[in-house]
Amino acid sequence: MITRDRVVPPLLALAAFLAGWQLLVIVGNYPTFILPGPVVVGQKFVAAWTDGTMAPHVVTTLAEIGLGFVAGAVAGMLTGYVLARSRLANRVASPYLVAAQAVPILALAPLMALWFGSGLFAHALIVALIVFFPVAISTVVAVQGVDRRLLEMARSYRVTRGQRLRMVELPAALPGILGGLRIGVTLSVVGAIVAEWTGGETGLGVLINLARGSLFDIPLLFATLLTIALIGVALYSVVVLVERRYAIPAA
Amino acid sequence: MSSEPGRANREPGSATGVGPTPAIRLEGIRFAFPVDGHHTDVIGGLDLEIAPRSIVALVGPNGCGKSTLLRVIAGLLPARTGSVEVEGRPVSGPDSRVGLVFQEPRLLPWRSAFANVAFPLEVAGRDRAARERRVTDLLGLVGLRDWSRARPAELSGGMRQRVAIARALALEPAVLLLDEPFSALDALTRERFNVELLRLWERIGATIVLVTHSIAEAVFLADRVLVLSPRPAQLVADVAVNLPRPRRPGDLDAAAVTRTAAEIRAHLEGATDDAFAIATGDIPAHPQPEQAIP
Repeated sequence: MITRDRVVPPLLALAAFLAGWQLLVIVGNYPTFILPGPVVVGQKFVAAWTDGTMAPHVVTTLAEIGLGFVAGAVAGMLTGYVLARSRLANRVASPYLVAAQAVPILALAPLMALWFGSGLFAHALIVALIVFFPVAISTVVAVQGVDRRLLEMARSYRVTRGQRLRMVELPAALPGILGGLRIGVTLSVVGAIVAEWTGGETGLGVLINLARGSLFDIPLLFATLLTIALIGVALYSVVVLVERRYAIPAA
Repeated sequence: MSSEPGRANREPGSATGVGPTPAIRLEGIRFAFPVDGHHTDVIGGLDLEIAPRSIVALVGPNGCGKSTLLRVIAGLLPARTGSVEVEGRPVSGPDSRVGLVFQEPRLLPWRSAFANVAFPLEVAGRDRAARERRVTDLLGLVGLRDWSRARPAELSGGMRQRVAIARALALEPAVLLLDEPFSALDALTRERFNVELLRLWERIGATIVLVTHSIAEAVFLADRVLVLSPRPAQLVADVAVNLPRPRRPGDLDAAAVTRTAAEIRAHLEGATDDAFAIATGDIPAHPQPEQAIP
């Protein structure tokens, strides 16, 4: 019953959305190059996946996301922990961190392209930058929020720094950190697409440009958008699954 | 308990009144919290010797520094002046010879009861087999062998505090410090826990120092009741409880209990203006019905 309650409403919403979309196309009588109907897009989606158009672009984008997300998340967690535990580091770096976050990272994409070209490294770097801030900030908040009474308890048993981190702080802060990773993982998809817009051989962002430009294949553009959305949902679900498995909320 | 190698034994006779090497010796302990660059004295010059395998209760008005004193003995807070010795050796920082049970259980919510009791053993680097043996023994000692896999959220308040006591005993401390350990329990459960605590003490033979707000509890459990003054805490009275052991509720000498309680009460009233509430046992506890979740 629980699974049915979870599955049926979103499916109904999807059906309503598709019906409305098709209706809009029929009533408005839009040409395919302005607004293709869901059936056309669906057919193109299947075709692009079966004839090998989509796969290489997906591989490139996933590689950028994978590399960039891991690098950004690791850097974010390390920075967040240091800022949470060192008053000096916090004083020195906090204003700049806030200022840096106020700059839209995506605006840096052309600069990154100028400096590092349009390969995997440059694109992954933009992904890493966009993932870094939400993860760093949620880590600061989560680590600062670790129950001081638990830390005192641990100290009474003479924990080392490493033991305190591994046995108390990390598990206690995990729910908060995973919240940051959840935001980071969806942003990482945005970062990869925008990075690819600044240049590149393959990637879903490149494919969007191609479909709109030289190919002028608007159904392919929609099929690409659908692929991007599915990647986002899939990655988000992975983080949520990790959260369910490992994060036990403090009682 | 005293099988730890290399433990220096002090010459008997150097301690006054309590015979050979006291379990705890405090000399001229002062403690102050820094407030705006000034120091507010919390403990003002305390000398104390506590005999091995005895139970000592600390009573005194709210906020008089009883909990602070326990933390100083446990090495969690440094005394401004004076020295703390456990079994004749100075305490300078958290110490495995001292086990501290806090007012709240302070269990790690993501760990099972078993893993919570194993925590100090993991920190101390004991191997897995040794940990399992010790934790199984300890959970049996506090009557929770069947609950070893339960998470703290699945345990009642009383069971959580038992896990906390088992954890504090994991490294076989010579001294067990209890900071109002049962104050969150309802009156009936609390009485049962006091009886259990005495049984536990008879089996482990550690020295126990506990902070309590209940004169009845202090008299039932302790060999000595120390009455402390309001801040800065000083020793007002040292009342001996001359009741035979083993003690069980119901077969205590009622006249002796009443006499001792009255003496403590008189000292408390002399020590502070607002001690009446404490003396009459009206310090608000925080009742939290004991309910086991199956």
